[in-house]
Amino acid sequence: MAQETFDLLVIGGGPGGYVAAIRAAQLGMKTALVEKAQLGGVCLNWGCIPTKALLRSADVLRLVRGAAQFGVKAAEPQADLAAMVARSRAVAAQLNKGVTHLMKKNGVKVFTGHARLQGAGVVSVTGADGAAQVLRAKHIVLATGARARQLPQLPGDGKTVWTYREALTPPALPKRLLIVGAGAIGIEFASFYRAVGAEVAVVEMAPRILPLEDEEISAQVAASLKQDGIQVHTQVALEQATRAGDAWQLTLRQQGGPQGTLQLQADVVLVAAGIVGNVEDLGLDKTRVQVEKTHIVTDAQCRTAEPGVYAIGDVAGPPWLAHKASHEGVMCVEHIAGLAPHALDPRRVPACTYSHPQVASVGLNEAQARAAGHKVKVGKFPFGANGKAIAMGATTGFAKVVFDAGSGELLGAHMVGDEVTEMIQGFAIAQTLETTEADLMATIIPHPTMSESMHEAVLAAYGRALHI
Amino acid sequence: MATLLRMPEVAANSTHATLSAWTRQEGDTVAAGDCLAEIETDKAVVEFNAESAGVLGRLLVQAGQEVEVGAPIAVLLAQGEAAADVEALLQAAGAAAAPMAAPVQQSAAVVSAAATTAASDAGERLRASPLARRLAAQRGMALAGLAGSGPNGRIVKIDIERASSQPAAAVPAAAVSAPAPAGSVGYAEVPHSNMRRTIAKRLAESKSTIPHFYLSVDCRMERLLALRAEINAGASRKISVNDFIVRAVAVALREVPQANVGWTDSAMRQYQQADIAVAVSTDTGLITPIVRAADGKTLSQISAEIADLAARARAGQLRPEEYQGGSFSVSNLGMYGVGEFAAIINPPQAAILAVGASRQQPVVEGGELKVGTVMRCTLSVDHRAIDGALAAQWLAAFQRAIESPLSILV
Repeated sequence: MAQETFDLLVIGGGPGGYVAAIRAAQLGMKTALVEKAQLGGVCLNWGCIPTKALLRSADVLRLVRGAAQFGVKAAEPQADLAAMVARSRAVAAQLNKGVTHLMKKNGVKVFTGHARLQGAGVVSVTGADGAAQVLRAKHIVLATGARARQLPQLPGDGKTVWTYREALTPPALPKRLLIVGAGAIGIEFASFYRAVGAEVAVVEMAPRILPLEDEEISAQVAASLKQDGIQVHTQVALEQATRAGDAWQLTLRQQGGPQGTLQLQADVVLVAAGIVGNVEDLGLDKTRVQVEKTHIVTDAQCRTAEPGVYAIGDVAGPPWLAHKASHEGVMCVEHIAGLAPHALDPRRVPACTYSHPQVASVGLNEAQARAAGHKVKVGKFPFGANGKAIAMGATTGFAKVVFDAGSGELLGAHMVGDEVTEMIQGFAIAQTLETTEADLMATIIPHPTMSESMHEAVLAAYGRALHI
Repeated sequence: MATLLRMPEVAANSTHATLSAWTRQEGDTVAAGDCLAEIETDKAVVEFNAESAGVLGRLLVQAGQEVEVGAPIAVLLAQGEAAADVEALLQAAGAAAAPMAAPVQQSAAVVSAAATTAASDAGERLRASPLARRLAAQRGMALAGLAGSGPNGRIVKIDIERASSQPAAAVPAAAVSAPAPAGSVGYAEVPHSNMRRTIAKRLAESKSTIPHFYLSVDCRMERLLALRAEINAGASRKISVNDFIVRAVAVALREVPQANVGWTDSAMRQYQQADIAVAVSTDTGLITPIVRAADGKTLSQISAEIADLAARARAGQLRPEEYQGGSFSVSNLGMYGVGEFAAIINPPQAAILAVGASRQQPVVEGGELKVGTVMRCTLSVDHRAIDGALAAQWLAAFQRAIESPLSILV
């Protein structure tokens, strides 16, 4: 049985794991990575990236449909779902190859198989053929990620009950799609499937869609989705799901407000109601690693209760975002190397939803800021008053900022509208550099850009907006 | 006429000081003698007072900034003058510097010094986030002494929050909510104060460069304690054992003046009077206020002076001249029950006396075992300046003064 000893071994090749491995290699550690499926993980193969490819197709469709308003004559466009999916898969495949190359370039040894902890510093890797090998490592980083949560009423069959995975490779367009869960994943698929022609309904237990976002943002997105013909039901809990012929019949109980039930039919149900951490069959029972609600318990340096074992990314808890996983990977490895990076500040993790319109935010929303005891200054600026947005025909949405009134600290920023996901980094940088409102006001923003709305929102928080 | 206020030389030979807080704001009308700002040196905080009346036209330095001595820190306007006068003055100050710089192009240092604007410090740039600067200013904290945890030592918000919370409170804040991994030790890092840095630097230098040697002696205390009880019986303010010790040290230095010396690389410094530095422990660290010319002062004068110096030391209100200099030091840990210890010399002084507790113990007197009250003192000596026999001679003189305490009174 072959044995190799590494300084650092990463289990899981997603955006947390492979980034941690690259950083470790940069810091001179002899590094290995074990992946049982595909390098790049869910994000690259079955999540962030392929959905962006599909949503781009939806954008093109939407743009061509509206061509006349820009003075362009075009025939009514047709959605070719199979071609869209093929493009999406090609994009994922290209990036998957890219990660393989990055591992090679950085000298990270990649093992394919299922990793299990076997006590202090020992990991067994079982390949698809059942052959096992034993690896030794001084430090082990768990980055096994997460998967869609299943609902007991709707056992996934891959045909009429989907998770994101099936939703990325539909054999055909469902006529009626019902999406359970109005978080980022649910809302993105709602946007896509509506754009390509499905009848879409979204149901959510929370009082509003995108419940982690600022209330005003949720309201704007809900209004836009309804305008596009998507049914939105909030504060409803799935009670029962039965098959009625070829369709699903869902009974939902209304919570809060008027009591009663709601009946909805659908050909396909997409379950996007949260995720569970991949903590099973990792050999954790042989360690002191603690698991709570399917997630591994860690401290601010990503250490578990077992010395030498760390956990990062989705398996270590929310927010379930690729960039959070990558950041934790780098931070965790730097700690191991004896550097002193700052702990991840959850208030500085941006979140993006690539729906139509897009949503992007960082930090506390207004209600959270007030609940945390801050005296706040809030500024808002609508894209309808922004020159570039009007020229682009992208006047839906706004930028909103929340400052601490006493210190001028930027507590949070929230945007909804076209391409706001590309803009939020400006506020993320501002937060990380700890600029105050004074520095943001003193920054020169190029004209004409939609980003000017960010500047105006800051000015508005202090009663100084220029164009409204 | 508008005038430039400049950073004073608060401590002898200091090149920089930290403007820790402004106590008045731009636009405030001030009278002569009003406190405008607090300036922190390595050991104390002193007030910066207005020399004449006027209006504070412009603050040129942020609270917390370390400033070169002599650099402008604010503009004081006469009554009726306006902001334009501030600009005019600042321009004039800049113009005055420029011609001086012109002829000495080759000297880059001079050119850059002249080009330095009023508000910026020619020294090392202080790295701090805008939010950290604002929070520090709002809390009246000095940034200069803080350790930054950001990239390149940049001071960020969390450093301000850690520094402004008590060390005891910082521990739970720094501890993480997740389980403490087995085998690891949690800790919090509290940035050093200027005072702590100074103590660390000077004592490390002393212990590693001065060839210390140590002599100990047991002093019988019965007569001194009896005399003290007699004096205190009728007094409103009590004389402490430590007051007697400081006086006895002064008497011994007068008797053996060769021990009242300091070592410098080029020459032996012979002190003309016994300036006794008395170590005082404060919340933030050790400070040694000085009883000047203790050999010429009475016991009650010394006692009153020490009480005053110690109280102001603990309040952080000592002026630099009150704790700088001194020819000999006394450190007394007897009140904490310490039996004996050896102290580190405070250069350029050549000796320090470490005083333990007065304790009852068996003593042999004329071949008989008795119970006596004994105080053990240990003298740390710089062998470069004082040899063993001389040190022993001084220690014997000190012991005589303690054991024949009436000699202390005269």
